[in-house]
Amino acid sequence: MSNSMKILVIAEHEDGLISASTRKTINCASQVSSEVDLLILGNNSDLDNQGIQIDNVSNVLVIKNEIFNQQISAIMAPIISEVSHDYECLLLPSTTFGRDLAPRISVLKDVCQITDIMEVVSSRVFKRPIYAGNAIETIEIPEGQNIVATVRPASFKEVGLSNKASLTSLDMPNIDLPKHTRFLGISSEKTERPDLQVASIVISGGRGVGSAENFEILYQLADKLGASVGASRAAVDAGYVANDMQVGQTGKIIAPDLYFAFGISGAIQHVAGIKDSGTIVAINKDPDAPIFEIADIGIVADLFEFIPEFLAKLG
Amino acid sequence: MEKILVCIKRVVDYNVKIRIKPDESGVITEGVKMSINPFDEIALEEALRIKENGDANEVIIVSIGPSDCQQQLRTGLAMGADRAILIEHDEIIEPLKVAKLLHKIVQQEKPSIILLGKQAIDDDCNQTGQMLAELCSYSQATFASGLTVDGNCLKVIREVDQGLETVEIDLPAIVTTDLRLNEPRYVKLPDIMKAKKKPMDVIDPNNLGVSLEPSLKVISVTPPPPRESGIMLDGVDDLFTALKDKGLINE
Repeated sequence: MSNSMKILVIAEHEDGLISASTRKTINCASQVSSEVDLLILGNNSDLDNQGIQIDNVSNVLVIKNEIFNQQISAIMAPIISEVSHDYECLLLPSTTFGRDLAPRISVLKDVCQITDIMEVVSSRVFKRPIYAGNAIETIEIPEGQNIVATVRPASFKEVGLSNKASLTSLDMPNIDLPKHTRFLGISSEKTERPDLQVASIVISGGRGVGSAENFEILYQLADKLGASVGASRAAVDAGYVANDMQVGQTGKIIAPDLYFAFGISGAIQHVAGIKDSGTIVAINKDPDAPIFEIADIGIVADLFEFIPEFLAKLG
Repeated sequence: MEKILVCIKRVVDYNVKIRIKPDESGVITEGVKMSINPFDEIALEEALRIKENGDANEVIIVSIGPSDCQQQLRTGLAMGADRAILIEHDEIIEPLKVAKLLHKIVQQEKPSIILLGKQAIDDDCNQTGQMLAELCSYSQATFASGLTVDGNCLKVIREVDQGLETVEIDLPAIVTTDLRLNEPRYVKLPDIMKAKKKPMDVIDPNNLGVSLEPSLKVISVTPPPPRESGIMLDGVDDLFTALKDKGLINE
């Protein structure tokens, strides 16, 4: 598809390295228009290079300033708004970075924002999930209105890194910036297991696991498979695990390639958090458990017999 | 420090299986159990704890929606909020306009802390708090999983994709709450009785000077594509083979 809509994608990057979610956002942008530019706010020496290897991008715009050592939305939003007057459409990845920042830009542009684009229907019509993906909303932005939107990373593939995009340095706009926010630090909880939201395999337990001690067997299986461990709300409410492990509508919404549900009945709010998973495997003693209705593979079994056997099979 | 403002949305209860209207204009909410948006309930709980800790002396709750929102506001009052404001309007309002209405309330009430859920579990927009912060030119800390009041600042732990980030923000400030921040209290019967006597202002949004005409056009609301129906297998050996065939596990 190609038309004349000019799109600016706001890059999320770590030390100048463009994130996968940004590359997915560029893919979404190129389905809307062939004129896609990328804006990087950073302070990295890499940004002095002649160009950046990234596909589907015409120009990379860079504003280099030490103020961007910390990515504070209240500071970035007015700068982005100021340098994007020529663009009809601004897209950001729907990560915590983009979700924090996009609404502030929307206010400065005085436009309604679209969150979580999952499909481009046409240049002004998009689909997005609501009710944790239990319904899909199709939204049209009328002609003449600028677009500010975030793009759901799970719905798009990353663009490649084969072509060199030209790099243009922009001056820092001369505007007053707020001083009300100070970044104090970040700690990554480095556990042995991958993060729930990026793990390709997730193993979850429900009330059927029965106790905090019994979760140990799930951890063993997770470590064998290189998986992350989650839990249903029922298991969290019963005190078996901490609530940061909760998967579901009010917990974490995840989409691993492979999801195991052990002793999880399949409450609506849990299913809402896993329905985009590649393959859902449910193991439950109760043949009538609703989880079997949405599972790709169901097995009626006692998890305490099943898991040791599975562990033995994995060797 | 004086006031905390907590913004509350009435949503379909998280345990209800939603049904879509046959004309695809939206989701059926008539005759469906409605509740306080769970993230907003966490926001209110946090506000009450700040007050109980002596760092605020009034907790005001505000909601925007039909008159039935009074039920959720009464629940909020029973949890411990001091008074409630309902901006009564029957149609769905886009987050930007919600933020503009809330901005008017902020101008009237001048709270030092404004707490909202990180998103509502119906439209999943995750916009209102940040929009309100920009409209007010206030600091914001989204996805909060820890909060301490420190003089004229808040120290907030934010649950971001990269881990747990700590920021210090000057008051007045806007914080949007994530699931890990706290566990909301249960409402007790005597509190429900007491809540009936607490003040509730009902405001007509037309008096606030914000245009509520929708800017975006919702073409349809449809069910997601169904998952292909699954299979039942017998045990470990069958599962092992099936997963290997799909390339999901290695030998």
